[in-house]
Order: sequence, then structure tokens, then C-alpha cells
Amino acid sequence: MTDVSAAISTRATAPASLIDLDAPAKIAVRNLNFYYGQHHALKNINLSIAANRVTAFIGPSGCGKSTLLRIFNRMYDLYPGQRVEGQVLLDNANILDSRLDLNLLRARVGMVFQKPTPFPMTIYENIAFGIRLYEKLPKSEMDGRVERALRNSALWNEVKDKLNASGLSLSGGQQQRLCIARTVAVRPEVILFDEPCSALDPISTAKVEELIDELKDHYTIAIVTHNMQQAARVSDSTAFMYLGEMVEFGPTNKLFTSPADRRTQDYITGRFG
Amino acid sequence: MAFHGSAMEQAGSHDRARALNAFRLGDRAFYWITRISAILVLLLLGGIIVSLIVGSWPAIVEFGSAFLTTQRWAPSAEPPVLGALSPLYGTILTSAIAMAIAIPVGIGIAVFLTELCPLWARRPIGMAIELLAGIPSIIYGMWGFFILGPFLANTVQPFFIDLFAGVPVLGSIFGGPPSYLSLFNASLILAIMVLPFITAISRDVFATVPPVLKEAAYGVGCTTWEVVRHVVLPYTRVGVIGGVMLALGRALGETMAVTFIIGNSFRITPSIFAPGTTISAAIASEFAESDGLHQSSLMLLGLLLFVLTFFVLAAARLMLLRLEKKAGKQA
Amino acid sequence: MNPIYASRRRRDIVVRALCFAAAAFGVTWLALILFTLFYNGLAGMSWQIFTQNTPPPGASEGGLSNAIVGSLIMTVIGVGVGAPVGMFAGTYLAEYGRHDRLSPVIRFINDILLSAPSIIIGLFIYGAVVVPMGGFSALAGSLALAVIVIPVVVRTTEDMLMLVPNPLREAASALGLPRSLVIRRIAYRAARAGLITGVLLATARVAGETAPLLFTALSNQFFSVDLTHTIANLPVTINNFVQSPYAYWKQLAWSGALLITLAVLALNIGARLIGSERTAK
Repeated sequence: MTDVSAAISTRATAPASLIDLDAPAKIAVRNLNFYYGQHHALKNINLSIAANRVTAFIGPSGCGKSTLLRIFNRMYDLYPGQRVEGQVLLDNANILDSRLDLNLLRARVGMVFQKPTPFPMTIYENIAFGIRLYEKLPKSEMDGRVERALRNSALWNEVKDKLNASGLSLSGGQQQRLCIARTVAVRPEVILFDEPCSALDPISTAKVEELIDELKDHYTIAIVTHNMQQAARVSDSTAFMYLGEMVEFGPTNKLFTSPADRRTQDYITGRFG
Repeated sequence: MAFHGSAMEQAGSHDRARALNAFRLGDRAFYWITRISAILVLLLLGGIIVSLIVGSWPAIVEFGSAFLTTQRWAPSAEPPVLGALSPLYGTILTSAIAMAIAIPVGIGIAVFLTELCPLWARRPIGMAIELLAGIPSIIYGMWGFFILGPFLANTVQPFFIDLFAGVPVLGSIFGGPPSYLSLFNASLILAIMVLPFITAISRDVFATVPPVLKEAAYGVGCTTWEVVRHVVLPYTRVGVIGGVMLALGRALGETMAVTFIIGNSFRITPSIFAPGTTISAAIASEFAESDGLHQSSLMLLGLLLFVLTFFVLAAARLMLLRLEKKAGKQA
Repeated sequence: MNPIYASRRRRDIVVRALCFAAAAFGVTWLALILFTLFYNGLAGMSWQIFTQNTPPPGASEGGLSNAIVGSLIMTVIGVGVGAPVGMFAGTYLAEYGRHDRLSPVIRFINDILLSAPSIIIGLFIYGAVVVPMGGFSALAGSLALAVIVIPVVVRTTEDMLMLVPNPLREAASALGLPRSLVIRRIAYRAARAGLITGVLLATARVAGETAPLLFTALSNQFFSVDLTHTIANLPVTINNFVQSPYAYWKQLAWSGALLITLAVLALNIGARLIGSERTAK
């Protein structure tokens, strides 16, 4: 609890981090229900994710926070036996529409995973690969885009001399920033982070958190984390989920200092989870 | 760190849609190519069964079930008399002898490799055994024909013939005269051929035993043999049997290793030192120059062999599948 | 010493000795086979082997060049046809077909084909290709080899693609990659070493196959690259020469056998090296 309060109080000095719920909603979730076969994994979820803000999802494992995140880019479509009801509006268009072009959606909503997933190719190719899917660029322009993506993910100085080395040769933290660069390079509008630091050491974690803070100027960000301090440090608003329900959703500093719901309070004070 | 360039300069979503549309056709095409290829595997099996049945139909109509019980094989008689008894007998006998030799030796090598062998020698010996499995069967065949056959006829066979001379039953099983070409020679070559299969699979299934189980047994003072006997073998029984069945499937259908040295005789005699034939040897030596009912009968032999191996291999796979599920549950 | 322990120990020693003897037995055969093969094969090795065609009966001069070329042609076509089909089918099983109820059936049938007697494949091609085409041909021989290649490559492709971690596929999908590109550009690349290993092993498997060629490609005493006619090839040539009464033919059979074995061993070892390179990473 004290760690979380500390994280909040350092943040409180930055006025920009004060939540203003008037920020326009980038993603709006309406009466969302989700089933894995018979299992009712998400129960009647409603919330709005504000544009150019960081929204965190916390809760004990199995609460459905990752499931919810994976609905925003319809990652669940890769697997059978899953069913979704309700609406998820991205810029007021329902992304659950079965006629929607999934690949186009995923180009707009990027995702960074729990474990770093560099592609088995060079560092340069890891970035250029995604860009090339949508755009045909001359070499010089491509070089510029790759450099910009790497700079934006604070990796440029570490890799600029070995762009032709394999992406797998980087350390875990560097790999994760490479994955962020790769996501940013495609120029999405929303970036989803699924426990992006759970496989990283504290220093790499700090770098990624710093990066998330910078990215929010340009992207709408949703992050799932099991680490409450992390949620407190990086997010503007936080959603607490429990057993597939959205228990509480509000400004991060309010949720962590004066939670409205008993279950939220129990969780953030470490009584369960 | 400053943000370089405007990250918000989104590529027009119209361009993206167009780029993705260009992939769509290829995407569907690739899916269907893979799907059709997968279905082709089923069609292959169907094609094999259909072509064997069509080819052997005249023989089925002509001989019916008598085909299975007739020993005589006289393609040029008028009318031809053709029966599968002798090749069936030879196929089953050679495989049985081969397995009787190869199972204990093959499992023994696997135990040696997993439990006894010094670590530095495991890889080279394991690799040597696996390479033995990769050598084409015709090499075994010609080696058996030129080297092993004469060796056996001059040493091993006379020894057994003398040893059991006058003993009832055994005396006729190991009856003379010694021969370069015999069921026994073919069985021994088959044994050498399937040995690496049994060893390789046994070694792999032995590796699925969780180390803690073995450590626990060693921990209460078990000897190596007791650990193998009471922990490793019971735990991997299904897998080892599967591996043995797989090897049996190989032995039943093996052609080139036996064709040279079995003698291609359709007479059934009690002696294992006498020439004989197997289904695959009969097909290999006669098919190219056969026609009419003779060819159809050879096809029918092929169909019998396929049915036989199909069941053996299916049983083997089901057993190995069971082991995989067990290993999967633990992982 | 405690008598029970003593007997346990004795038994252990006996079993250890037996296992050791078994290993010695197995390795001895390999050594013997390789020794006689090299001894007899090298005796007849000369440039003639590669420059001259198979000799007529009784001649004391000639080589195997037509058989070597024929074997190469059929192996290349066999692998060229079989490997892509096998790779696509394996891709279906590992990627698209994971939840298809047909997949376990295909997998099971494939495993059976993998160990089916190769002479049966010869009979199948005889009925399906040789009879309709009106005669033995190099094409029929190549297709027989392709049918043997397919199940091997299906199996290795599926196994290797299953080793590609799922998050990598998800990450590629999350960039907006269509499914086929996720497979072709990411999964194939991640599994590349394993896929190549599979094709090499399949090539090794068919390089020495004899039984399915006996009545599909037959053999040919002359040099031919015509796919619609019989073609000389090493395995069937060896088969014919071994059982001949002519010393020179037998000598050529040994040399041919050595060539095949060297090729197969080289392919096997190459496959293993590439495979271990992957695991070392």
C-alpha cells in the first residue's frame, strides 16, 4: 500500500497526469460479454478508454483483464470456441462486426506481449517488415522510418551499430523495446500492452515504463499488469477486474487512494490476489 | 528524449485497405493449397488401397479364400495355380525370428545408452546406431548375399545342425544341409536392420521418464538393473511396445534386405536353414516380368502385406500416441 | 557382505555386461558393413565409374554414369514434387488445421504411410501410373519416390512448426499480417533449420530406395534422360548386378553401393548438423 501511495504521490506533482474524463473516448465498451466455450469469462463490461491516455487493467490472475485486452484487436479470433456479445466501438465503429477486416483493425490497434517476441530476422528487418506490409518505400525513406521507430522506443543508441544482427541476439529488455518499436513503426492509433514487463528486470522495466509515458502523447494506450505499483506509476485511469466483472473504474489516483468498492480495497491492500 | 518525426502521420487507412486487399487472394489460395495437400495424404492411402484391390481382383475372383491356404505357386501351369501360403509363412517366420533377436539386443543397447554408457560416448554411439538405420536396405541385402550368407553357411549353420542332429523337433528345425540362401540368413539380416529402429525409439521413450522417479529409486539404493526393471520399463512399457510394433511393421514389409538371400523357394520345409520366400521378395523378383493372373496374384500378395502391416503399424501408432498423451499431461 | 545385497549386485553386473555386449554387437555390425563396403567399393572406384555407361554382360570395362544421372534425376523430381506437397500438408496440420476434426485422421494415416512397405508404393504407382501410361518410365519412378517423400516431410514440417512459439504468431497477427503471411514469413523462418532437416532426411530416405523402382522406372542399359522411358538408376542397377554371374558387374555393384551409402550418410549427417545448429541457438 505504501509503495502504491508513493508512486501516486510522485505522480501527483505532474498536472498532466490528473485525470480528465472529458478526454474524448477512443474505445468504448458497451455491455460486453465473452465466453470460452461454456465459461463466462467477461460479464457485462462497460467502460471508455480515453484518447491519448494510459488506461490500466488490474486484478488477480484469471479475472479476465487479458481477455478484455485481446478483444480490442480481436486476437481471440485466432482460436475457436470463443463467443463475444455486445459492442466495442473504436472511433464509434463497432470492431466486433463480423464483416470487419481484422488485419486492418490490427494495423490500427497494435499489441505488445508479455514475453518479448522478436521475429527471427535482423533488427532492421524486424521493424521494416511491418512497414513494408502496407507501404512501398524507397530504401532511404525506409531507413529513416526504422531509425525513427528505434529512437522513439529508446533503442537507437544501443543498436545503431548492429542493425543487421539478429533480433534474438538482444537482451530481454532490448527485445521488448524492439517489439514496441516494431509496433510503433506501423503507426497504429492504439497500443495494447499485455503485461509487458513481467519477463523483465527492474531496470528494463523502468525503461519500458518511461517509454509508455512518452508514447501516450501520440497513442491511446491500454495496459494489463499484475503489478499495482506499475499501474499506479504509468496510468491515468485504472480498471479493477475480478472474476470477469469490472468492479471499479476511475482515475488512477482515486482508485488507489480511496477505492469505492470493498473488493478493490482488499485487492490493493494485498488481502487477496 | 524527444519524439522524432510526427508519429501521428498515419498512413491513410485507405492505402492500408488497398495493400491488404492485395494479400487477400494469396491468403485464400495459400489456405486451399495447404488444405488440398493435407487431403491428398488421405487420397494417397485411398489410392493405394483402390489400386491394389483393382489389380488383384482377377486373382481374388479366380482363387478366393483358397489363395491363403495353397502352398503351390505355379504361374506357368495350365491353368495357373497360385497360393500365398509359402510367402505368408516366410514373411511371418522371418519377422518373428528377427524380432526375437532384435528386441532384447535393441532394448539392451537403449538401456546401455541411457543408463550405463559414459556421457562422452553417448552421442557418438547413439549417432552410429541412427546412421545404421539410415543405410538403404539394398546395402544390407548385398552385404548379406556376399558376406553374411557364406559366413553363416560355413560356420553357424553347421554348428547348429550338428548340435541338434538326432534331437526330435529341434533336429528338423535346424536341419541341414547348410545354405547360402535361407530363411535363417534372411532373418538375421532383418534383425540387424530393425535393431536401430528399436534402439532409437526405446532410447527416446526412456528419455520421457521423469528424472525424479529414477533419482528416487536410486535414492533408496536400487541397482541400475533394478531401476530399469522396476521404474524405467514399467513407465515406458507402452512406448517400447509401440516401437517394437513399428519395427515389426518394417520387418514384415522389408524387401531388398531379404530378396537376395532368402532363395525364393515356394516350398515350405520344417528347416529354417532351407530357402524360402516372403511376400515382398516374391513381388520384387517376379513382378516386373509377370502378366495376367500371375501379376494379379502378386498384387493380391501385396494387398495381404498391406493389410498385415496396416494393422501392425496402426497398433504401434496408437500405443505411441497413448504415451505421447501421458507425457503431454505431465508437461 | 549381506547375501541379498550380494545377489542383487551380481544380477546387476550380469545385466550391465549383457547391455554392454548388446551395444558392442550393434556397433560391430555397423563397422563390419561399412568396412566391407569401403573395402570392396573403393577397389573398383575410378573415373570410369563417373564417365562411362553401364557395360553389357561380360564386358570388363564400363561405369555407372547413366545410373548416377538417372538416380539424380529421379531423386530431384521425387523430392521436388513430394517435398512441397508434404510441406503444405504439414503446414495445414500445424497451422490451419489445429482444430479441424480431420487433422488427427490425416496425421494418423500419414504416420502409417510413413512406415508402409515401399514395395507397396511401387505396386500402387504401377497400377496408377505405369499401366495408364503404357509402360515403365522415369516419371513413374520419380512419382513413386515422391509418394515416399511426402509422409516424411509432412511429419517433420508439422513437428517443426509446432515448436514455433504461439506468441510469435500472435505478435505477427497483431501487426495486421494476414494468416498466410504469418505462416510464410514468420513461422517458416523461425522453423527454417528444422524444415531443411526434414527435406534432407527425406532425400536420404529415397536416395537408396530400390523396391519401388523395380517395376516403375525399371532400368536401362543406356544413357537416357527421357522421362517417358525406362531410366538407369543406381539401386536397380545394383540389384541386377549383384545377382549376375559376371565379376565386373559385381564389382560395379559394390562401387555403386558405396556411392549410395556415402550420399545417404552425407545427407543424414548434414541434416543432423543443421538440426543441432537450431537447438544450439
